[in-house]
Amino acid sequence: MKYIVAIIQPHKLDEVMKTLEEVEVNLMTVSHVLGRGRQKGVTEVYRGAKEAGSLLKKIKLEIAVNEDFVEPTIQAIIKGARTGDIGDGKIFVMDLPDVIRIRTGEKGGKAIG
Amino acid sequence: MNTGDTAWVLTSSALVLLMTMPGLAFFYGGLVRRKNVLSILMQCFIILAMISLQWMLWGYSLTFGPDIKGIIGNLDWFALKGVGGAPNADYAATIPHSAFMIFQCMFAVITPALMVGAYAERMKFSAFLVFTILWATFVYDPLGHWVWGTGGWLKNLGALDFAGGIVVHTSSGVSALVLAIMLGKRVGTENGITYKPHNMPFAVLGAGLLWFGWFGFNAGSALAANELATNAFIATNTATAAAAFTWPMIEWIVGGRPTALGCATGAVAGLVAITPACGFVTPVNALFIGILVSVFCYIACAKIKAIFKYDDSLDVFGVHGVGGIWGTLATGLFAEKVVNEAGADGLFFGNAHQFMIQCLLVVAAVIFAVVMTVIIFKLVDAVIGMRVEKKSELVGLDLTQHSESGYTLIE
Repeated sequence: MKYIVAIIQPHKLDEVMKTLEEVEVNLMTVSHVLGRGRQKGVTEVYRGAKEAGSLLKKIKLEIAVNEDFVEPTIQAIIKGARTGDIGDGKIFVMDLPDVIRIRTGEKGGKAIG
Repeated sequence: MNTGDTAWVLTSSALVLLMTMPGLAFFYGGLVRRKNVLSILMQCFIILAMISLQWMLWGYSLTFGPDIKGIIGNLDWFALKGVGGAPNADYAATIPHSAFMIFQCMFAVITPALMVGAYAERMKFSAFLVFTILWATFVYDPLGHWVWGTGGWLKNLGALDFAGGIVVHTSSGVSALVLAIMLGKRVGTENGITYKPHNMPFAVLGAGLLWFGWFGFNAGSALAANELATNAFIATNTATAAAAFTWPMIEWIVGGRPTALGCATGAVAGLVAITPACGFVTPVNALFIGILVSVFCYIACAKIKAIFKYDDSLDVFGVHGVGGIWGTLATGLFAEKVVNEAGADGLFFGNAHQFMIQCLLVVAAVIFAVVMTVIIFKLVDAVIGMRVEKKSELVGLDLTQHSESGYTLIE
């Protein structure tokens, strides 16, 4: 099992959800996050005073999948989130030792979906 | 007695209340960090309560009561003794004396509330209460008497301040600068870092409410529903529109983007500048007053503050101090007797003397406000301590001063 974390552009969320649905990945956790890359965010100005290093608004997706779904999930996120410009985001893939469904107490691969 | 005049002045009183709460409170509240939003709303709200009481008990009598040597009113009208339904011809012949009193009450309320923006995010609540009541009594009330009270020495000299450019805005603006300097910078702003507003829509909403309420402030100051009130109304709208339009254009010209905060700040600056002038100048000249106030206040907020490195958190001096002084001087330039028979001609209409009087008015008000604010600050600081502890400041005033938080993260 893998735990996939993707940081994407906020306006790409709808598309990513659609491309994930196409590969039958429907479960995800989504959060608003702030972050910056090598460009060091944006600068905001209030009454002429510059606010350096302000963070950019991003969306974080967290998806737990069985091994068969890892590559399709990654490809779906790329397909939905990619514009080719700076700031498209990143995908992190981590090993996932266990999953437990709280309602039934099921464990492992069958608890994931 | 005129029922139309009375209705307008009472309506205007309510409009001016709206400027403080929620107008100013949300304008300032939106501009601070999340952890201090309630401290701002609370300070504005309790000023409304506290100064309303101060005013009816002794503030009104000190400001407008029977004159003592041109300096202050006496306490004959303590607790509104003798201030009733019969008009007072010295102030407003066609409305109840008590209607004039409650209209002026709202001015006394908003003036100390304006200073909230200068000491935002670091003032101890107990010290704030004591400072505010002392400032209202020993700065606002005497200065109001000098300029507006029958027998006041500046009024006798012919100084013009239609709705409070000096009494309200210059006094609070320069006192705000003194407070910001004496109180010191907020923790973390030492290296020129400025904090981001936590809720810009609040700030813009507040500025909109200020514009709306200001019609009561300025047009209401005619104390009658007549052509002078209408002139003040239109001059106010014109100067504000010009200033609100000019500020973002300046931002654009100097290489940035036109900002919503710039537009809102320009509007407030325009309202401030036209305040002393609106009953003496034509709407066309209000246009020039409005355009120029945005130039002056932009320089004060964006440049002068950065050079001198004082932490006037929300630019009370930059907008109200600078705008109030400009408006008062501009009154001495653009005033015309054609607009208001009770006024005077200004420098541009052949009367340089009026401009000199306006200069004296500014100098007297600035010196008095600065000296008195320093004294009151030292006094309260010695007895109570003006500033919260560093740890409280870092945690935020909402939690440490009021045991509340403005927003929850989890339901």
